[in-house]
Amino acid sequence: MLRVLLIRLLSSVAVFLLIAVGLFALVRLAPGDPVEMMVPPEVSGADREAFTEAARARLGLDQPLVVQFVRWLGGLLTGDLGYSYTNGQPVGDLLVGRLGPTALLMGSALTIGLLVAVPAGVIAAVRRNTVVDYTVSSVSVVAISVPSFFLGMLAIYTFAVRLQVLPSSGMYSPGSDGLGDLLTHMIMPVGLLALANAAAFTRYVRSGVLEELGKDYVRTIIAKGGTSARALGHALRNSLMSLITVLALTIPGSLSGAVVLEQIFAWPGMGQLAIYALTNRDYPILIGFGLYVALLVLICNLIADVCYTIIDPRVRTA
Amino acid sequence: MTTQGLEPTVATDSGLAPAATESSPDKLALRRFMRNPAAMIGAVVLLLTVLASLLAPLISPYPPTEIDLTNVRQPPSGEHLLGTDSTGRDVFSRLLAGGQVSLMVGFSAALTAVAFGTLVGILAGWFGGIVDGIISRLIDIMLSLPAVLVIIVLAGVIGPSVPMLILVIAGLAWPTPARIARGVVLSLREEEFVQAARAIGSRTRFILARHLLPGALPPIVVSATLLVAESVLLESSLSFLGAGVQPPQSSWGNMLNEAQSLTVLSSMPWLWVPPGLMIALVVLSAMAVGDGIRDAIDPRKNS
Amino acid sequence: MTHETNRPDQDVQGDAGPLLSVRDLTLDISTPHGTARILEAVSLQVHPGEIVGVVGESGSGKSMTALSVMRILPTTARIASGGIDFEGVDLATLSARQMRTIRGRRIAMVFQDHMTTLDPVISIGAQIEEAYRLHHRSASRAEARAQMLEVLTQVGVPDPEERSKQYPHQWSGGMRQRAVIAMALINDPDLIIADEPTTALDVTIQAEILAVLRELRDRRGLSILLITHDMGVIADMADRIVVMKQGKVVETGEVHALFASPEHPYTRTLLDAVPQPGDDPAASTAEETSQPAALEVKDLVVQYRRSWRRQGVRAVDGVSFTVPSGSVVGLVGESGSGKSTIGKAVVGLAPITAGSVLVEGTDLRGLDRAAARTARRSYGMVFQDPASSLNPRMTIGQCITEPLLAHRRDLSAAARRERVTELLEQVELPAAWITRFPHELSGGQRQRVGIARALAPEPELLIADEPTSALDVSVQAAVLEVFQDLQQRLGFSCLFISHDLAVVELVSESVIVLQGGRIVEQGDARTVLRTPQTEYTRRLVDAAPIPDPARQRDRQLTGTTAPHTP
Repeated sequence: MLRVLLIRLLSSVAVFLLIAVGLFALVRLAPGDPVEMMVPPEVSGADREAFTEAARARLGLDQPLVVQFVRWLGGLLTGDLGYSYTNGQPVGDLLVGRLGPTALLMGSALTIGLLVAVPAGVIAAVRRNTVVDYTVSSVSVVAISVPSFFLGMLAIYTFAVRLQVLPSSGMYSPGSDGLGDLLTHMIMPVGLLALANAAAFTRYVRSGVLEELGKDYVRTIIAKGGTSARALGHALRNSLMSLITVLALTIPGSLSGAVVLEQIFAWPGMGQLAIYALTNRDYPILIGFGLYVALLVLICNLIADVCYTIIDPRVRTA
Repeated sequence: MTTQGLEPTVATDSGLAPAATESSPDKLALRRFMRNPAAMIGAVVLLLTVLASLLAPLISPYPPTEIDLTNVRQPPSGEHLLGTDSTGRDVFSRLLAGGQVSLMVGFSAALTAVAFGTLVGILAGWFGGIVDGIISRLIDIMLSLPAVLVIIVLAGVIGPSVPMLILVIAGLAWPTPARIARGVVLSLREEEFVQAARAIGSRTRFILARHLLPGALPPIVVSATLLVAESVLLESSLSFLGAGVQPPQSSWGNMLNEAQSLTVLSSMPWLWVPPGLMIALVVLSAMAVGDGIRDAIDPRKNS
Repeated sequence: MTHETNRPDQDVQGDAGPLLSVRDLTLDISTPHGTARILEAVSLQVHPGEIVGVVGESGSGKSMTALSVMRILPTTARIASGGIDFEGVDLATLSARQMRTIRGRRIAMVFQDHMTTLDPVISIGAQIEEAYRLHHRSASRAEARAQMLEVLTQVGVPDPEERSKQYPHQWSGGMRQRAVIAMALINDPDLIIADEPTTALDVTIQAEILAVLRELRDRRGLSILLITHDMGVIADMADRIVVMKQGKVVETGEVHALFASPEHPYTRTLLDAVPQPGDDPAASTAEETSQPAALEVKDLVVQYRRSWRRQGVRAVDGVSFTVPSGSVVGLVGESGSGKSTIGKAVVGLAPITAGSVLVEGTDLRGLDRAAARTARRSYGMVFQDPASSLNPRMTIGQCITEPLLAHRRDLSAAARRERVTELLEQVELPAAWITRFPHELSGGQRQRVGIARALAPEPELLIADEPTSALDVSVQAAVLEVFQDLQQRLGFSCLFISHDLAVVELVSESVIVLQGGRIVEQGDARTVLRTPQTEYTRRLVDAAPIPDPARQRDRQLTGTTAPHTP
């Protein structure tokens, strides 16, 4: 078991290195010379030449590619992600500063999503082919199909413009930093992200529980004299094992949803920063963001593997 | 022994009328699909949308990029069915043109992904061993890469474009059909009829073409329709964020992007409601079709 | 419990009155296409200490009867009329809560062994304890555990302390079935309903499980309702027999009387269908041959590769035998003996690690691809599961044509069609079925198509891997008859692989007994199976239940089926 985990860990590190190489290549392949862009417009002629030479040397761009890569990677590992082209701040600090709001948004949305999805999926599975099931299934299909930004705009139109009960954007109202204010700002973005998460999870829970309910051990429990609730408990325990891995693997996907919603609700998180970088072609921020995403993906993969190995006795004792 | 003639009795008793009509499993599945109202409605809507975008140049009342500064932000009227936008362009014409781009990106990305994924999946399933091990691990990791974020980074560095959008969506979506094809091939490979074909001495090409592909096709068609839905959704999200189709070319996603200001949102719903509804409608239809096909193939899994 | 232990010859209709009495039970299941009647006026009784066998083929409603008693029915099922009296109380009228105090406490159920009969993620001990605690709410953990260990010991699980901590996938099929029986026993029920309890198991394991059940009856005075398709198991176990067909009880009777003089024609058909070699004189002692053997296997070793580092498993370990031209050789053994692997190695579905396989004098090993394909023309294979050995998307005609496309490219489409028609005729199927799809055929009909396909290129050698194991006994008889008839007419040789000794004795002249990938005994089929020379063969022969209550019970008395501790 440990050996399997070790192999997984090593392969994750290898994949991370591959992604890092890819990102490095991307930076070098990017159109436009970043150094040229750094030159103030008033500098020209020989001065310009000297300026770029100096900048190149300062940035290490005159070194062979391999050296550049090793340096760059070394910098990454010590938290040095370079500086933003547009405002000169360290990318590492920028990203860390945005981590909190995004984590708050995603964390609460995941929690709420799960709290809704597990019971909804279980009820839909147990009351299969009834009105309850059809309702749950239809709502989740619609929630998956309607793009979240459209839902976001509808929500703003309804709650912020027409009813004027909720703020349309930001994390806090100007001049306020109270918890209540934060909560009212959270309702729409968190609610919509939770809805998207819940819709996907509900489908997993429903089909997982349905599959388990069809297995022979459920009949065995009834035959022992157990209640159907007890049988459902066993089925749920079995199906949640796979759900935990699914959950770990959907976290990166959920970040995509967060990026979109941060943009609509002007939520000051990493997504908004990424879109800012996108519109302003701020490569260092984008690369830093890409590395952060790669790390998240691999950590989530690893967590899924570990959970799977530890929880399921069939894997654990194999 | 006196059992001769006993078995046909058993067969007739088990519901096999001697006059049973010829019915292949695929025809039966098609019949079940036709009886599924949601799936049929989805198929019709999808077909109509595709037709409308194909015929967009003929139907469009105005060129989609024609600016008319004298007619800015007009509400829907007889002249402009869905009104005009901030530069006086006809929203209905833009909607049709946007549909063209959105559906083109959706379909071509999904088809590319399915073609490539199916090939990889069949190879992994058929050869097994170390080839399968590497491909499976790759599939696992690729599946958890969030497409939106990857494209944001790529678009930010290389610059957004429609071909890149299609390529990257396909490049990130192929693991889904690949995993399905691999699973089907792995289970089919153990089926006795494939073993029988190998024992008979049928050529590998024959086995792949006659036994494996027809068996793998239905679930792959399901994943293809779901991928179309996913790709349309992805394209619209990216265009909305500014990492996809760039103005002045219109797409359903970037039409919504242009309507983000609170004034547009509150007072000019004709600018953002139609494209939003179209995305939802197309995605819903494609998903209904996909679910319908899945239920038709395997009527026991009534989901 | 005061009643005395029943002996098989005792009159079970004594004063005690039935423990369980199913009266005119009629069960309907609603389907999208209307209501289907699953059971019609089924009546049966089980007396204290009695083993009642319910026998019937698939679709006879025997399992549904059992599930009705337990009231574990699909939600679409409805008891239309009749009742189920248990100690005078009609179970059909009990509330769900009352029924739960019966299930697992008074009536316990033992299902057929599947990987999933037990919850895969909970230890076996915990699952057995759960059964106890469900009915002893106030019992402590320690008490439940003590009970669990005791029942596991009773059913012959070695080292229950340690083994009860393990999970179902770590137990063998036979051991899992003991655990399921232990789970049924832990609340000391009055009636055990066993639904095909030994069907998925090897015969020697089956004999052990049946011995456990029989001993429980003798020692505890348990009643058992035993549901099976196997006439041998019924003859071995039951005091009384209920024969079912298509949801109806066609005959009920005391075991000896019913086997001696069945009244209903269906019962007679069922009994006749069971292969009983020995009745007719030896069919054909193969003519002394000077021709080369149809199949010659020398020192065959098949080793599956696990991974590039780990040593693989030797499924077949140095096996040599020949199949003389025109004769049928049986290959018997339990699961894991390597019998199927040998068949697969011959047809190229398993790797030949060492040794040689000669078909008609040609060594299959070392042939290049094209030559290997050509060589395949000289042998055909019939598979076990007729449901999966035909491609569901191909018509019967296309299925049978496949070998012709591979080997007889010289034939025109018309000639191929003609050949297919001829083959269908040979296996006694209507030629018009050429356009049908496999799902439109019954299991036996599909297996005939499988035989026709194997015979299409006119092979010299047929490999038949458990060709009738998935079929009902009456269907098996018909298919075997077609097979034997064709074998005599066409004169092909055959390697007949089966776990069923009676079938092998019926169809083959000589037999090879395998254990753990090695041959333990071979020779003339009758001699080997009647007077086995090795310990293993003897155990195999003794474990196979004979569909003759008198003989079977003689064997029990001499104690030959005593549990064998692994």
